[in-house]
Amino acid sequence: MMIQPDSGGADASAASLEVDGVVVDFQGLRAIEDVSLTLRPGEILGLIGPNGAGKTTLINVLTGFQAVTQGSVRLGGVDIAGWKPHERSRRGLVRTFQSVLPFAGLTALENVEAGGVAIGLVRGEARAEAVRILSEMGLAHAANRKAGTLPFGEERRVGIARAIAMRPRFLLMDEPAAGLNDAECRDLQTIVRGICVSLSCGVLFIEHRMSMVFELCHRIQVLQLGRTLALGPTDAIRADPKVRKAYLGEDEVSPC
Amino acid sequence: MIVLQNLIDAVSLGAVYALAALGIGLIFSVMRLINFAHGELIMVGGFTLYTLAGQPLLVMILAALLTSTVLALGMERVAFRTLRKASPATLLISSFAVSYLIQHIVLLAFGSRAMGVAFLPELGTAIDLGGLRIPLLQLVTIAVTLVLMAGLVAFFRLSETGLQMRAAAEDFTMARLVGVKANRVIAFAFAISGVLASIVSFYLVAQTGSVSYKMGVSMVLIAFVSSVIGGMGSIAGAALGGFLVGIVSVSLQAYLPVDLRPYRDAFVFLLFVLFLFWRPDGLLASRADRDRV
Repeated sequence: MMIQPDSGGADASAASLEVDGVVVDFQGLRAIEDVSLTLRPGEILGLIGPNGAGKTTLINVLTGFQAVTQGSVRLGGVDIAGWKPHERSRRGLVRTFQSVLPFAGLTALENVEAGGVAIGLVRGEARAEAVRILSEMGLAHAANRKAGTLPFGEERRVGIARAIAMRPRFLLMDEPAAGLNDAECRDLQTIVRGICVSLSCGVLFIEHRMSMVFELCHRIQVLQLGRTLALGPTDAIRADPKVRKAYLGEDEVSPC
Repeated sequence: MIVLQNLIDAVSLGAVYALAALGIGLIFSVMRLINFAHGELIMVGGFTLYTLAGQPLLVMILAALLTSTVLALGMERVAFRTLRKASPATLLISSFAVSYLIQHIVLLAFGSRAMGVAFLPELGTAIDLGGLRIPLLQLVTIAVTLVLMAGLVAFFRLSETGLQMRAAAEDFTMARLVGVKANRVIAFAFAISGVLASIVSFYLVAQTGSVSYKMGVSMVLIAFVSSVIGGMGSIAGAALGGFLVGIVSVSLQAYLPVDLRPYRDAFVFLLFVLFLFWRPDGLLASRADRDRV
């Protein structure tokens, strides 16, 4: 079950996650119409848009749960369209599930170990790594408790710790802040920035709390009705009248 | 004294039920499939012993283990893998089809009458333990079950695949996102259920000294009831449910009025229905009973 860790070399040079001209049809309904997206290592890209804009479909395309009708998905220049979900995650494309839930019946430690096992570590290595990650995230006290019995905010952090254990090159975070309070939101921001810097990992950040997206993301891509409405640096998107009209509404953005 | 005797009866029968229920519960936990064809894995193990009667014991045992395991992997590959995204009801019906198909193939090949097999007849002798006469088979059954369960617990706690199977049992979709290979984990679960089924067949054949094409049917029903009592989806629950059903069956056998004893199973199932009014989710229902993608 050992998997060779990805050696840098060839694919480190062109190491972006790229979606190019992707179209997705659901039985005649077009869910995504020609969307392209580039996520670079070390950057946080916000993906926003109203419900039904195609955000979750796009994440499913990236993780391999949704086949594309047209277009390509490349990881470090390699076309990964035919790869299964586990093959993608083993090669560093990691998704924190909507609301970052850990496995409730496994202990916090076992959850994070599962992340290490996923990239081919044997149990002893995975355990050592999990202990380290949990203590870094201030979860050492929770290691042997079942994840489902932890307070909500800690449960989330276990889910993120599991993602970190998979040594992501690209992390897809689907509404990681749903249900968190303000303090937990701030913790989450610190953690995401930390992951981004220490693992030089690209983060695709999908979130409804606009204040968090604006504070955290380097660039933002706005989807609407399966198309890209706007793409650019955070400040530009924030000021873009098209975006304000279509998505944010004319009113001032509500705080976190 | 008679109480102690009954207790040992109950525990050994419960051990067999627990092994059968584990086979059902394990597959359900990773796949949401109630595999009624599990009974045929038991039956095929029995017929392998029948076919190889007279060969060295080790050959018979290994061949039966192999046959049940290969059949388990085969039914997963042919009947269930393609239906993995289907509803649990479709999977259930498919397992009935597999069950009847295998039964009738064996019926064609071997006929409908039960056939005698001498398998470990020496286990039928009873040993004297401080005034108790205990059949050796019961002691061996209890010992084998305890060893197997300890092995399974160690597998689930300590191995990479065991951890991934528990993750898959919690939430299959999420497990796949955490790098769990769906086909591998499910095939592994079927292989374990095949091994468990053949061990149940050893007990049945040693106990009754015979095989028939219907020999797995009542066992799989008991196993199903046991895993529901324990809580579908919970592996520990399946084992617990098996022991409980065994203990209740033996208690009814021992303490029902003599006239009613032939109807013991009716009482067992009546109690089961009453139990469901009390705990419809079983004793240790698994938390993560979400559907998978």
